[in-house]
Amino acid sequence: MPGITREEVAHLARLARLELKPEELDHFAGQLDDIIGAVARVSEVADQDVPPTSHPLPLTNVMRPDEVRPSLTPEQALSGAPAQEQQRFKVPQILGEE
Amino acid sequence: MTDSPIIKLTAAETAAKIASGELTAVEVTEAHLARIEAVDEKVHAFLHVDREGALAQARAVDEKRAKGEKLGPLAGVPLALKDIFTTEGIPTTVGSKILEGWIPPYDATVTKRLKAADVVILGKTNMDEFAMGSSTENSAYGPTGNPWDLTRIPGGSGGGSSAALASYQAPLAIGTDTGGSIRQPAAVTGTVGVKPTYGGVSRYGMVAFSSSLDQGGPCARTVLDAALLHEVIAGHDPMDSTSIDAPVPPVVEAARNGSVEGMRVGVVKQFRGEGYQAGVIQRFDESVVLLKELGAEIVELDCPSFDLALSAYYLIAPSECSSNLARFDGLRYGLRAGDDGTHSAEEVTSLTREAGFGPEVKRRIMLGTYALSSGYYDAYYGSAQKVRTLIKQDFDKAFEQVDVIVSPTTPTTAFPIGERADDPMAMYLADLCTIPTNLAGNAAMSLPCGLAPEDNLPVGLQIIAPVMKDDRLYKVGAAVEAAFVEKWGHPLIEEAPSL
Amino acid sequence: MTTTTDLVSYEEALASYDPVMGLEVHVELGTKTKMFCGCSTALGQGANTQTCPVCLGLPGALPVVNATGVESAIKIGLALNCEIAEWCRFARKNYFYPDMPKNFQTSQYDEPIAFNGYLDVQLEDGETFRVEIERAHMEEDTGKSTHVGGATGRIHGASHSLLDYNRAGIPLIEIVTKPIEGAGERAPEVAKAYVRELREVIKALGVSEARMEMGQMRCDVNLSLRPHGTEKFGTRSETKNVNSLRSVERAARFEIQRHAAVLSGGGTIIQETRHFHEDTGSTTSGRVKEEAEDYRYFPEPDLVPVAPSREWVEKLRAVLPELPLVRRNRLREEWGVSATDMQAILNAGALEPIVATIEAGADAASARKWWMGELARSANESGKALDELAITPQQVARVTELVAKGDLNDKLARQVIEGVLAGEGTPDEVVDKRGLKVVSDEGALTAAVDEAIAGNPAIADKIRGGKVAAAGALVGAVMKATRGQADAARVKELILQKLGVSEG
Ligand SMILES: [Mg+2]
Ligand SMILES: [Zn+2]
Repeated sequence: MPGITREEVAHLARLARLELKPEELDHFAGQLDDIIGAVARVSEVADQDVPPTSHPLPLTNVMRPDEVRPSLTPEQALSGAPAQEQQRFKVPQILGEE
Repeated sequence: MTDSPIIKLTAAETAAKIASGELTAVEVTEAHLARIEAVDEKVHAFLHVDREGALAQARAVDEKRAKGEKLGPLAGVPLALKDIFTTEGIPTTVGSKILEGWIPPYDATVTKRLKAADVVILGKTNMDEFAMGSSTENSAYGPTGNPWDLTRIPGGSGGGSSAALASYQAPLAIGTDTGGSIRQPAAVTGTVGVKPTYGGVSRYGMVAFSSSLDQGGPCARTVLDAALLHEVIAGHDPMDSTSIDAPVPPVVEAARNGSVEGMRVGVVKQFRGEGYQAGVIQRFDESVVLLKELGAEIVELDCPSFDLALSAYYLIAPSECSSNLARFDGLRYGLRAGDDGTHSAEEVTSLTREAGFGPEVKRRIMLGTYALSSGYYDAYYGSAQKVRTLIKQDFDKAFEQVDVIVSPTTPTTAFPIGERADDPMAMYLADLCTIPTNLAGNAAMSLPCGLAPEDNLPVGLQIIAPVMKDDRLYKVGAAVEAAFVEKWGHPLIEEAPSL
Repeated sequence: MTTTTDLVSYEEALASYDPVMGLEVHVELGTKTKMFCGCSTALGQGANTQTCPVCLGLPGALPVVNATGVESAIKIGLALNCEIAEWCRFARKNYFYPDMPKNFQTSQYDEPIAFNGYLDVQLEDGETFRVEIERAHMEEDTGKSTHVGGATGRIHGASHSLLDYNRAGIPLIEIVTKPIEGAGERAPEVAKAYVRELREVIKALGVSEARMEMGQMRCDVNLSLRPHGTEKFGTRSETKNVNSLRSVERAARFEIQRHAAVLSGGGTIIQETRHFHEDTGSTTSGRVKEEAEDYRYFPEPDLVPVAPSREWVEKLRAVLPELPLVRRNRLREEWGVSATDMQAILNAGALEPIVATIEAGADAASARKWWMGELARSANESGKALDELAITPQQVARVTELVAKGDLNDKLARQVIEGVLAGEGTPDEVVDKRGLKVVSDEGALTAAVDEAIAGNPAIADKIRGGKVAAAGALVGAVMKATRGQADAARVKELILQKLGVSEG
């Protein structure tokens, strides 16, 4: 059905934060096209009046009481950090804001 | 070198011998560590062997026994843990470069329960990266060989666990099943694997691939061993919101009382046809005849929506994974690439993900990103969820007529390593029969039903039960297993070549 | 970095255009623990001491909903006259940002827990304006980044950033208005009054302290202009994280003037986020939303739906406190004050202290007088809020009681309060220690009066001669002699009596 272009793949890669190499863009364009072409069959049911299922079991209202549980120590929290400073995770310069 | 006969024991036998003092847990652990030492270079089932930790656990069991403390039903029995469960202080990679060297600061609930039951964790087993695959070829740490033929795949994603069982490196293993990752490896290695009802086993600490489909479960060489392990790891966990708050179905009791007498067994017409290997169909048909001989009533079923299951799966699983794997950004743990002072955090994240993820993971992230993007959501993700409803409805209707459903576990026997590596669609077909169950959330088991005549490789029989009727899998599985062992004169696994 | 922005005068802007606003307020709930894990939400703790696998987004960790968070959301929804969803889900909002450990925010999308309500707000002159509420939904806060290496600690020019995830996962309720139309020139005032009223509601519910200066309540101001007489909304700007009531008003006002300048100059408004600067009262351009953000929302598979039972909702509705505006109107009646006086009381933060003082036994007029007078002045001088002063409403009530009994006059009462504020003890202790009591002993008083008359014969004569007004000087002398502890009215009475004149 869709015909995924190299540009679309590049856009998806940006959204997904994948710095794909040029040859990967081409490769994935072809493969995604094949896969989506095959799985697009699901849209056969798009017009059917059935509710979507997001959770396999019909559970509701699973909640916990507002009670404090022990946290990790900062050492544990930072144990996997590629870089740290002042008991904080050190990351490269952040672009943009918010 | 000669292997210790200990490694051929079942988990139930091993536990009994430890409990009676005939064997010590340390002896048992050492025997398995020696076996790993001897064969795992060829098989490559393990990514990490925790020799010291395993022996310490074993010693603790022996001390407990010496003090006269009561031992659990699997105390001292060694186990191979899929490298998708977090283990405090022990590396957890999920088969990915992006987590190379990561040592979690916490234990998964399954890990905790295993430890609490004194099950000895030998180490972490190989898997397709982030459980995405059906062959274990997608592991960033190299493929695992099928002990029946090392040039073939051991199934996936839990190929390390199935291969460890089939090569006697461990009598028990844990797997996870998102689209068949426990059952398909069990089928192609002649072992037993169970995907419990969704919510039956806690997912806390099990690195997520597709949250609404993932389910951890037991792997073993016999139905009873799987049941004993099932009982150890299952049950409500308040740390997992999707965990079922109800008693665990009586799986061990069922496994000890196998029978199909008077049961209605369904055969779904959608589970055969093009793409199925002749020998697989032949062994499956023989299994159906056997069930009838054992007293079951066979009912033909039509589940038309199953034809859309694979498509729905390849939209839902990638969509969820695209979000679940977003956290691997090189900032808080795991790999960081490109941090040379010239790149921003955003660029470092993109470079890290590019370097850290393998092609199948990237493919699925891209696919899921596409399926969730605005403009496509309704056609793809939304429709896939409707298919999910239809599949549940088909199962509901089916289970009004039958107690369990049977099918081949996977359409073919183990294929050669490399054969489907560049053809994702062909690879995806391996999960044709296992996927509907993940979408609907109910329970299923794979157990051996013979060797395909054309290649002498194991064929798996899948048993499917309704939600929270996991005990039926064991009741039927135990009966079928006993009948086959009687027919063959020995368990199928004994026909595997020695390594 | 200075940027100049073209503005037209406010009056000119309003002459040509009609403003339409949308306000999005985020409120941090005051729960003990985070929204999806058991980590404490206590403020001021060491960096990364309140994190766990869940709120750090470690592989394998899973969220579990905080029941009190849901309950608070329902209470807020009810107080805002919303419908409460019978069934709703959490959704994942997918975007990458370093302060968000999972790189998605667990939020709600098309199924908010509360929707379709309104909040009546009162403007300075007492006029009431109804703000329609679109929705209130549950979500989680992000961590905090510190930017290092830049000149000003700002993100711009920083060499790297440091992340503390203590705040990550703290429950937030996002409250979104429907487009606010028809406020005209009062739009900025409506914006401010809305945020203030919302803050009062949140505080009254006890779900958060809603302190804007601590970031517990933050407002995004969406604003657009359309030419008078047209229906279609103009392009909007979104001024983010405006953190005081005054700033909300100023930001809206500034954007009206800026938009008008752009539009009347023939330009077009860019849809973008903007940042408000407290120092200049202006906004500057933030991030342009180039490719429309694609958050790829989908139902959160790790959480199950929330289906608040009608019993639960009704139980919460039944125990809802009296809402602030209703209460203020009732108190206004009871106290007999004007709408503008009430606004002043509210603005001064004196409402709760006054109410508490009345509850402790004071009459309304006295309670108001002390809190809006002496105490407001003292708070102002020390730069404190009224409720931070070292005096309790009970103590103020005791002072008014002593005045009512005639034990203190106003001048002495002021000294007592001063003493309490200075930490000298309770009002009674201050009275004792400083010896501040109205002299009611007639003997002592008569002696002092006699002494004053004897010491000021000329004045005494004037009084005798009928110049009653001159008595003030003798009263002053008596008050001085008694160190202010006499009842001035009684002193005057005695003087006139002694000198044989009547007040006439
Ligand atoms: Mg929000
Ligand atoms: Zn936490």
